[in-house]
Amino acid sequence: MGQVIGIGAAPKRKEDQRFLTGRGNYVSDIKRPGMTFGVFVRSPHAHAVLRGIDKAAALAAPGVVAVLTGEDVAADGLGSLPCGWGISDAKGVPMKEPPFPMLAQGKVRFVGDMVAFVIAETLEQAKSAAELLSVDYEVLPSVVGVLDAVRPDAPQLFDDVPNNVCCDWELGDKAAVESAFRKAAHVAKLSLVNNRLIGNPMEPRAAIAEYDPGKSHHTLWTTSQFPHVVRFLMSALVLKLPEHKVRVVAPDVGGGFGVKQFHYGEEAVITWAAKRVLRPVKWVADRSEGYLSDRHGRDHVTEAELALDENGKFLALRVKTLANMGGYLSTFGPNIPTNLYAPLLGGVYTTPAIYCNVKVVFTNTVPVDAYRGAGRPEATFVVERIVDVAAAEMGIDRVELRRRNMIPKEAYPYQTPVLVQYDSGDPMGCLDGALVAADVKNFGVRKAESARNGKFRGLGFSTYVEACGLAPSRFAGRLGARGGLYESATVRVHPAGQVTVLIGTHNHGQGHETTFAQIVSDKLGVPFENVDIVFGDTDRVQFGMGTYGSRSLVVGGAALSKAADKVIVKGKKIAAHLLEASEQDIHYESGKFSVAGTDRVKTIEEIAGAAYVPHNYPLEILEPGLEEQAYYDPVNFTYPGGCHIAEVEIDPETGIVTLVNYTAVDDVGTVINPMIVEGQLHGGIVQGVGQALYENAVYDDSSGQLVSGSLMDYCVPRADHLPMMKVATHSTLCTHTPMGVKGCGEVGTIGSPAAVINAVVDALSHLGVTHVDMPATPNRIWRLLQNASLPVAAE
Amino acid sequence: MRAFAYHQPSEISDAVTLLTSVEDSKVLGGGMTLIPTIKQRLAAPTAVVDLAKVPALKGISDDGETVTIGAMTPHAVVAASPIVQARIPALAQLASEIGDPAVRNRGTLGGSVANNDPSADYPAAVLGLGATIITSAREIAADQFFLGLFETALQPGEIITAIRFPVPLAAGYAKFKAPASRYALVGVFVAKLAGGVRVAVTGAGPGVFRVAAMEQALNGSFEPTSIASIKIDAAGLASDIHAEADYRAHLVTVMAKRAVAAASR
Repeated sequence: MGQVIGIGAAPKRKEDQRFLTGRGNYVSDIKRPGMTFGVFVRSPHAHAVLRGIDKAAALAAPGVVAVLTGEDVAADGLGSLPCGWGISDAKGVPMKEPPFPMLAQGKVRFVGDMVAFVIAETLEQAKSAAELLSVDYEVLPSVVGVLDAVRPDAPQLFDDVPNNVCCDWELGDKAAVESAFRKAAHVAKLSLVNNRLIGNPMEPRAAIAEYDPGKSHHTLWTTSQFPHVVRFLMSALVLKLPEHKVRVVAPDVGGGFGVKQFHYGEEAVITWAAKRVLRPVKWVADRSEGYLSDRHGRDHVTEAELALDENGKFLALRVKTLANMGGYLSTFGPNIPTNLYAPLLGGVYTTPAIYCNVKVVFTNTVPVDAYRGAGRPEATFVVERIVDVAAAEMGIDRVELRRRNMIPKEAYPYQTPVLVQYDSGDPMGCLDGALVAADVKNFGVRKAESARNGKFRGLGFSTYVEACGLAPSRFAGRLGARGGLYESATVRVHPAGQVTVLIGTHNHGQGHETTFAQIVSDKLGVPFENVDIVFGDTDRVQFGMGTYGSRSLVVGGAALSKAADKVIVKGKKIAAHLLEASEQDIHYESGKFSVAGTDRVKTIEEIAGAAYVPHNYPLEILEPGLEEQAYYDPVNFTYPGGCHIAEVEIDPETGIVTLVNYTAVDDVGTVINPMIVEGQLHGGIVQGVGQALYENAVYDDSSGQLVSGSLMDYCVPRADHLPMMKVATHSTLCTHTPMGVKGCGEVGTIGSPAAVINAVVDALSHLGVTHVDMPATPNRIWRLLQNASLPVAAE
Repeated sequence: MRAFAYHQPSEISDAVTLLTSVEDSKVLGGGMTLIPTIKQRLAAPTAVVDLAKVPALKGISDDGETVTIGAMTPHAVVAASPIVQARIPALAQLASEIGDPAVRNRGTLGGSVANNDPSADYPAAVLGLGATIITSAREIAADQFFLGLFETALQPGEIITAIRFPVPLAAGYAKFKAPASRYALVGVFVAKLAGGVRVAVTGAGPGVFRVAAMEQALNGSFEPTSIASIKIDAAGLASDIHAEADYRAHLVTVMAKRAVAAASR
C-alpha cells in the first residue's frame, strides 16, 4: 500500500518514468491506418503578391494525393484564424484586425507564410511535389522592424491599416504623469530594445488529422498547450464544424513555452484536408520550419522616463513602446504587449502615476505572441533598468533607491495606478534574503580579484513582480478577452478508492501529473500512487483553457482543490448514513470520516465502495457514485515576485560576458513540490539569461529573411554557459487562491534579464557605459568598449 | 532526402572507381556536412560512397618526425590518442573542442579537411603545422591545398587517405567558439617548427589563411607580446550577426596571443 504524499513534499515526478524510458507518446509517434503525409509550401519572400499558383506539375508528381491552396480555402468558405483579444485605442476605436487566412490569399506577408499544402503517400513524395509547385510571386518591398514600419513611406502590409499600426493603445493617467514630471527634481531617461526571441520547445510542432465519414467526426492530434481552445476556435470560427463532431488530442507534448498555446493555421488546414482526401494526414515540422512559423516573442522598442523627487522617491513613469506583431494577429498577439505589459510597470514600487502608450505594429515577420513571461519580462526590464539608470544619475545606491520606493509588506493589498491590485507580497523580504544568499557584502573582494585578472566584474539586481494565474474572466473581458479564463477539474474516485483526475490544463513538462496528484493525495488521504491525472483530450476531459500564463496550479489546481472538497462534502453525507450519525457530527481528516468524539470511522475507500455498491446507502437523498467536478474562475491575478541577483565577469579583450553567480529568492506563495518549483525557477532563469546574453531572432532589413534561421545561428543557452544557481523561496500566501499558491512557471524568465543586464552595465559603468541592449554578445560588448576608448586590454 | 545508391567499399581503389564512374556521386566520411545537406535537399547525389569500412583509412602512427593520421579517424579518437597527446598536444586539444560529443564521435579528419568549411578547426592545424595531405593519387602540401571557401586542390574522385603532421617544437590552438554552433568564430593555430613559426587562422575569413607579419614577429621572439600590436586588416574578413569584420580582425590578434601562450606552456 502506497503512502500519502502531500503538499510540501518532493516526490520524484511520476511522468518521468515514461519520458526517461522512451515510452512517451508524442504526436509524431502516432501512426494511423492509411496515413498520408503533408508538407506546407511556405513563402520564400517577406512580402509579395500571389499572382497565381500552378498546381499541375505538383499534382502529376508520383504519390501526390492533393494540393490545396488559399483559393481552395476561399472556395470552401472557411474562416480566418481568430484573434482571442480585441484591444482598443484611447478613444475606444477597436484595433485593426485584418484577416489571417489559414493559407495565404492574395498576398504573403512574411517568410514562412503558408501558401499551399501538398499531401502525398510518403513524406519524400510530398516534399518532391512541393518543390514542383509553381508559385508566381510579385515581390514587394518589405519591412521587418517597428521603427521602420511606422515611417510614412514604409511598405504597407494591409490596405486598410495605415502606417501598419494595428492599435495605438494606452493605459494610465497621462495628465497626472505630465504634472508629476513638471515637479520632478530628476528625470531618468532610457531607450531600449527588447530583443525578439524564438521559443524552441524541444519537440517541434506536429499534427495528424483523421475524418470518420461514418460518424461525420474529426480527430486532430496536435502539439498544443490548450486542446479545448483549439477545438473551439477551429470548429466554431475557422472550419465551421459542430464542436461535438471534433475531438482534439494533445498527447505528450515536448515543451511549449507559449509557442504551442495558439491556434495555428496548420491545425485547421490538416483537419480540413483530412476530410477532403478521406485519409489521415500527418505533418511534423522540422526545426527550421518551426523558426519560420512558430510564433516569436518580445520585439519591443521602448522609450522610458522616470520622474523622481530630490530624495529619489519615484513620482511618475512614462513609457512609450512600439511592439512588433509580425504579419498577422496571432491568438493572443495584441494582448501581450498591452494588457500583460503596462499593468506591470508599477513593479514593486509605490510609483503613484504611470502612463504607457503602446503602438502595436504589423511587420513582414512571423507573427509575435506570448513566449514564457509574455509582456511581463518586457515590463520588468523597463522598470528595473530605469531604476538603475536613475540610481546612477542621482548617485544613490541601487539597492537603497529600491528600498526607498518599495511597497512595504504591511501595505498589501496594494492598488497600483495601472489597474492591478497586488494581494500580497514582501519584496523587501525577498531583497534581504537575496542580498545574504548572494554574499553581496563581499562582492568588492571578488571584483578586486577579477580586476587583478584583467576582468571587469559586475553585480545586477532585479526586484520584480509579475501578474499570472490567467485570469479573472470578468476583468479580462473588460480588457478585451474574447473568451473565459477559468479552469475545470473532475475528481473521479473509483469504487476501490483510486482516483482519476480529469483536468483542462495541459502538462508538457511542468510536472502536473505529480503536483496535482500530491494535492489529491493530501486532500483525500489516498496514496500518491493511486492518483492519475488525465489531460489533453477533449473527448475525455470536460473542458479547459489549457496551460499558459503560470495558470495551471493557480487556476487549474484551484478547480481541482474545489472538486476534491466536493468529494469530501459528499463523503460526509455517505459517512453520516453508514455511521448512523448526523452529517454535522462527521469529522473529516486525511481520508478518514469519523463521528466526532468517537472511534467510529469510515475510510474514503469504504465510502467509495458504498457509493458504487449502494446497498446500504441513502438513495432517497443522494445519488450513487463518487465523482465531482468544479470550475474555478479566479477573483484576481496572482502576483509572484522576488529578487534576482546576477554577477557577471567580462573579459575586455574578447567582450565575453560570463555569468559567474546567480541568486534568486522568489515569492511564489505556497509551494506544493519544492523540487518542481526549483526546476521551474532554474528553467525560467536560463531562458531569461538566454534573452540577456545569447538569444536573438534577427531579420535582414532589406530582404526580410530570418538570418538566425537555425540552432547554428540562434543561441539557446547551454549548461556550460551557466553557473550553479542559488534558488530559494520567501513566500507570502496568496489571499484569494484556495491553497495560497501564486504560480512559478514564468517568474524566472521575468526577473532574470534585467538582473543580468544590470550586472553587465555595472561591470562597465566605470567606462561610462549606461546601457547595453540584449543580447549582450561579445561583439556588442567589444563595440561598446571601443566606443568607450578603452585602452586595449592588459596583457 | 531523395533516394540514392549507397556503396560501402573496403578498398580505396574501389571507392575511387565508384566516385569516378557514377555521375553526381559523393564521398561520405563522417557525414557531418553531407548528411544534413542531403536531408535538407540541398544536395541530391545519385550515389553515396561511404568510406567507413575502408581499413586503410584508419589509424594513427608516429615515425619520430611526423604523426600520420588516417582520414577516417574520428575527432574523438584523435583527441584521446596517446600518440597525438604526446607528440602534438595542441592537435589533440583542437580535436577535443570540435562541435559536441556526437560530432566528435562521427566527424572525421579527412572529411573536415576535404570539406574546408571556413569555420572548421582542422584546417587551421593542417595549415599551421604545414602538414601534408595524402590522397588516393598524390601528396599535397597544406600551402597548396586550401583554395578558399569550401574549395580545395582535390580533383574529382580524389580521396584524402591520411594527413601527415610534422611534430612541432611547440604549438598552440586558441579558439573563440561561436556560441550557438561551436564552430570557430576565430581560431588561430600557432606552431613553432624547425623551419620557423607558422600562424594559421580559421573562422575569420572565407578560408584558412596564414599571417606572415605574426610569423615574422614570432620568429624573432616566440612570446604573446611580440604580436600584441599586430593588427589584421578587416577587409575581406567574414562579417555576420555574430561578429563584424573588425571584431573578427581584433579577435585574430587576441586568439593568436593566446595560442602562443598555450604553446609556451
